[in-house]
Amino acid sequence: MAEELIYSTISELSGKLDRGELSSVELMGAVIARTKEVDGRVKAFNSFDGGGALAQARASDERRARAKGAGAAACGPLEGIPIGLKDVISVSGQPLTASSRMLENFVSPYDATVTRKLKAAGAICWGRLNLDEFAMGSSTENSAFHTTCNPWDLERVPGGSSGGSAAAVAAGEATAALGSDTGGSIRQPAALCGVVGLKPSYGRVSRFGLIAFASSLDQIGPFARSTGDAATVLGVIAGHDPRDSTSVRREVPDYNRGIADLAKSGRKWKLGIPKEYFGEGLDPEVAAAVQAAIDEYRGLGCEVREVSLPHTKYAVGAYYIIATAECSSNLARYDGVRYGHRSKDARDALDIYFKSRAEGFGAEVKRRIILGTYVLSSGYYDAYYLRAQKVRTLIRRDFLEAYKEVDAIVTPTSPTPAFTKGDKTSNPLAMYLNDIYTIGVNLAGLPGISIPCGFSRPASGNQGLPIGLQIIGQPFRETELLAIAGAYEGRTHWHARHATP
Amino acid sequence: MSKPTALNLDHVAHLARISLTDEEKARFGAQLGDVLGYIALLNEVDVEGVEPTAHAFPVVNVWAEDVPQAGLSVEDALRNAPQRKDNMFVVPKVVE
Repeated sequence: MAEELIYSTISELSGKLDRGELSSVELMGAVIARTKEVDGRVKAFNSFDGGGALAQARASDERRARAKGAGAAACGPLEGIPIGLKDVISVSGQPLTASSRMLENFVSPYDATVTRKLKAAGAICWGRLNLDEFAMGSSTENSAFHTTCNPWDLERVPGGSSGGSAAAVAAGEATAALGSDTGGSIRQPAALCGVVGLKPSYGRVSRFGLIAFASSLDQIGPFARSTGDAATVLGVIAGHDPRDSTSVRREVPDYNRGIADLAKSGRKWKLGIPKEYFGEGLDPEVAAAVQAAIDEYRGLGCEVREVSLPHTKYAVGAYYIIATAECSSNLARYDGVRYGHRSKDARDALDIYFKSRAEGFGAEVKRRIILGTYVLSSGYYDAYYLRAQKVRTLIRRDFLEAYKEVDAIVTPTSPTPAFTKGDKTSNPLAMYLNDIYTIGVNLAGLPGISIPCGFSRPASGNQGLPIGLQIIGQPFRETELLAIAGAYEGRTHWHARHATP
Repeated sequence: MSKPTALNLDHVAHLARISLTDEEKARFGAQLGDVLGYIALLNEVDVEGVEPTAHAFPVVNVWAEDVPQAGLSVEDALRNAPQRKDNMFVVPKVVE
C-alpha cells in the first residue's frame, strides 16, 4: 500500500481520494514516512514540517467530506495532494532560505501567488526543497547547506538548480513539486532524476513571491511523474497576476482536456531536429536514447525533419552576460539592513554592506554578482550587455523561423546523464556548458519540457541513470507541447521505473 | 569587446559592495578570466541593425487602478529584521 502511494500520480491518487478509498491524512502520512526513511541519504529537503503537513491534510479531508455532504461532486484539482516547493518560493510562516546563509533564518511574511493558487486548489504545501544557492548552479553543490544526492546513484548529483524538487519526486518524497527555471533549472534536474519537468512560456506563471535571480528569464513550473500531472499543476498555477506586471493577460486553457482532444484528433505532428544540438560533447548513450525516441515519433506517424538554429553556439555566452547582469541588480537588495544576514563586525553603514554580503553569499553567487556588475559597468555595457541582448534577438528569431516549418523541436535535455559530485565544482565554465541545450529556451521565452526517454547502461554505483528528452514548444502553446510529450510517454514505460535510494 | 584582463576585481567588487579575500581575488580572477574568454565568442556575431531583446514577450504600459490595498503589517515587515527598536530597523550611526 505505502509503496503504491509514494509512487502514484496525482490522477491516480485523486481517483482514490474521490472514491473514498484513501484519505489525504493517510497519503500525507505515507509521504512523511518515506521522507523520514530516505531523506537522510537523498537530502532533497532543507526542512519540512510533518505536523503542519498533516494538519493541512486533515483540513483537506474535512473539505472533501463537507463537499460530499453538500452533494458537490468536485473538489479542487489538487485536493489533498502533497506538493513540494523549492526553497525560493514563499509560503507564509515557513522558512525561505534560497539555500543561502544570507537567508538562513528568514521566515516568509506572505504567500507567493503560486502558493496561494496551490492552496486554493486544495494542495498540501510540503517542505522546503534544496537548490543551488539563489538558483545559481546545475548540481545543488552550490547550496550553502548540503548537496542533494541523485536517488538513482547517491554519489551523483541530481542536477540543478531545482535538484531538491527533482530528487524528492523521483524518490517518492512528494507527489509533485514546484521549481524555477532560469537556464534549465527545472528541465535538467528532471532529466537527471528521471521525472517530468516543465518550464512554461515566459509570462505564463506569476513570479510574485519567487526570489528573483534573472527577471527576464525566471519562470516557475512543475515536476511530476507524468505529463498529465504536469498539465494539472500548470493549470492551477498559470494565469495573469496584477502583482507580477510581466505575467500575461491570456486565458488559461483546460490543459488536460486540450491534450485529450488533440490525442483523439490523431494529429500528426511535425517535429524539428536541430542539428546544432547533436554535435561535440553529446554522450553517445544520450544520443542513442534521443534517437530512439525520435524513431518512436516516426512510428506514431509524425513527420521528422532537420532544422537549423544557427546561433546556438552563442547561447551560453549571451546567457551568462544577461543572467549575471540581472542577478547583480536583483541581489543588491541583500544589504543586511532590513532582513537577511548582518555581519557582527560591521562598524558603520557601508561596512554592513561589504561584510554582510561577503559572509552571506557563497562563491558562485559572488562570482556571478561580480561578472554581472562588470558587464553593466561604465565603459563595458555596450560591449557586453547590449551585444548579448542583440544576440538574444537572433537566438529567438532562429526558433521562430524553425516554427514556420515544425510544431515543436526535439533535443536532448542534458549532454550527459547525472555526473559525479565534485566533477565540475572547480571549473565554473564546465558547469555552465552543461546547460547548453536548455538555455536557448529561456532566452527565447519558450515553453520546454523534459520527459524520461531511457537509461544508461548499469555501472558501478547504479542500475542505469535516467536520460531526458527535451521538447521545445511555441510561445503559449503548452497544450500542444504536453500533447506531443504525452504521445511518446503513452508508448513507453520509462516513467514506471522507480529509484530505490 | 575588451580583453578579459580588463576585469579589475578590486574596482568591480567595490561597485558590488562585496569584500573579497586575497584568496578569492586570485581564484575568481582566474575563473572569470575563463568565462570572459569564452564569452568573447559573441564578438563573431554580426549584430549590425539588430534590435536588443530585454524580454522575450515585452509587456508595456501596465497600469494598476489607484486603489488603496492592505500591505504588510508593521510587525510582518519587521519580523526578519537583524536588529530593531520599537517600529524601526536599527543600523550603525550614518551621519557623524
